[in-house]
Amino acid sequence: MKRRRGGIAWWLVFLLAVLYFFLPLVATLDFALKAKPPFSAFTNAVQDPKFFSSLLYSLVIGVLTIVASLSLIVPTAYWVQLKVPRARSLVEFVTLLPFVIPAVVLVFGLIRVYSQPPLPFTHTDIGSSALLVAGYIVLSLPYMYRAVDTGLRAIDIRSLTEAAQSMGAGWVTIIWRVILPNLRVALLSGAFLTLAIVLGEFTIANFLARPAFGPYLNLLSQQKAYEPAAVALISFGLTWLAMIAIAFIGRDTRTRIEIGGAH
Amino acid sequence: MGFLELTHVKKAFGSFTAVEDFMLSAEPGEFVSFLGPSGCGKTTTLRMIAGFEYPDSGSIKVDGREITNLPPNKRNVGMVFQAYALFPNMTVADNVGFGMRIKKQPKVAIKKRVGELLELINMPEKADRYPYQLSGGQQQRVALARALAIEPQVLLLDEPLSALDAKIRVSLRTEIRSIQRKLGITTVYVTHDQEEALSLSDRVVVMSQGRIEQIGTPFEIYNFPATAFVATFVGTLNALHADVVDAAAGIVSIGGQQIRLARPLDRADHRKTVEIALRPEIITLRDAAGDANRLTGTVDRVTFLGSIVRVRIVLDGGDVVSFDTFNNPHLAVPADGERVTVSFPPEACLVLDQSVAEIKAAVAQAEDGLLPGVDSASDIRP
Repeated sequence: MKRRRGGIAWWLVFLLAVLYFFLPLVATLDFALKAKPPFSAFTNAVQDPKFFSSLLYSLVIGVLTIVASLSLIVPTAYWVQLKVPRARSLVEFVTLLPFVIPAVVLVFGLIRVYSQPPLPFTHTDIGSSALLVAGYIVLSLPYMYRAVDTGLRAIDIRSLTEAAQSMGAGWVTIIWRVILPNLRVALLSGAFLTLAIVLGEFTIANFLARPAFGPYLNLLSQQKAYEPAAVALISFGLTWLAMIAIAFIGRDTRTRIEIGGAH
Repeated sequence: MGFLELTHVKKAFGSFTAVEDFMLSAEPGEFVSFLGPSGCGKTTTLRMIAGFEYPDSGSIKVDGREITNLPPNKRNVGMVFQAYALFPNMTVADNVGFGMRIKKQPKVAIKKRVGELLELINMPEKADRYPYQLSGGQQQRVALARALAIEPQVLLLDEPLSALDAKIRVSLRTEIRSIQRKLGITTVYVTHDQEEALSLSDRVVVMSQGRIEQIGTPFEIYNFPATAFVATFVGTLNALHADVVDAAAGIVSIGGQQIRLARPLDRADHRKTVEIALRPEIITLRDAAGDANRLTGTVDRVTFLGSIVRVRIVLDGGDVVSFDTFNNPHLAVPADGERVTVSFPPEACLVLDQSVAEIKAAVAQAEDGLLPGVDSASDIRP
């Protein structure tokens, strides 16, 4: 009897969660479909050249952010775990700063420092895009660092590093051929979280006047009624595709770790 | 000049001295084990040979080449870890060939060598498996093959069997020794398991609190321990409190029963009590002929353990002696409560300068990380 009651409670919670997540989506879809003729909001959205150009721009910026972020965070997290574990709490604190420093403060800081000589980054498109990437690296720090840190903690990096060293490997080889392949799932998680942040981010891209997806969505919502809902759903779908990609790529279980287990 | 030379090696972590004045000279092809309780410095010493730690002073040489301050990837020293440390993203063959790929050896040579090594560890059919698909024993064999693949000058094994179950441990240690003999590679093996150290090694280095207590063959270590610590840590023994009766004649009394030692007690006088250690296998129930020592007592407990029978005797003075005797269905085993006399030769009596209880307490504290400032035991003589 008790077990049955527990089962009902579980289903009730599950149902509430489903409603919580899907009701807004259903409402958005319902609103987008109110456009006449039906689906015209979706067709209008994808026919707008700015939709794809802004999406492509954000994707490129997202990929650059991921590459730069990984190049910065993986060696840092690896070194901290291996050589200076005492500094871990300090590094964790630093990576949490984007939660307490608003994006608007960050972008004003960036513009103030990098809009005048000797570092006039904002004077060129490439310079502004570089600043955007830098801003996104900071924004994605909490997610990327945690993903990498969790991945590193799941493997015995000290033994793996020492084993590779004893076989003649240097630091670059160790990170590239031993550590990174074993962090694949963690890196993918961090990467897609970063991509999701970049695709939806508005403040930094807007203040730096970048043709990114976030400002485009915002502009669209000021000009049109149903299309923003359709674009929101499309971007949501893209995010879900990214998540499915994580699950699909992470499905390969070659990297299962069973160090130290006696059989 | 040995092949592997450690001279006055010292290493401290803050105020804690992990290794002090370590001296070792290992010959080519020799199998040397570092034996001691946790925290005695054996793994730190091994890691200094591997290059994962650097000594504060002293030098390490391999085949005359100074490697003290070389990074680990420049030493040509193979290492096998307790946790296997196989690369989870690589197959068995890729793991074994990793070091050779780092050295940019031709693919054909790598494939040939990997095949040979997999034959050597009896796992040729497992080349395409991933580490998680192997048992612990198999993983450790792959780790051994991987360490050997780079043809290291010295092979280091850091408690490689301690994560395995007892049965695999015994079979794998035989395999390790046979491979080591076949390849003739100089090997340093760290263990806290005395049976492993004694059965595998050409020489054993017994360590305690960062210092070498004794270096010797397993036979010497067991039969002629240089310090009370070695006597206590290696093998089992009976510790008996004895009053000195005649120091010059080497006569002591255990609970009123006099026994003779092989040598006089120079530093003891008749008021001093000493602790006598007796290996259980040297004690016999038979009344030995000649000048053997004899002690009388009452059988307290007889435990049948299959191939052996363990007999515990309370001596007339209250001391307890335990010993094992081989099971023989044609010989009568004493019964509980029976009066018996045990005998042993004077040479079997080891006079300890430090009490067994003190040493055991120091080891227990060291293993708990408390590391008391107890001096190591001074010399003992049979």
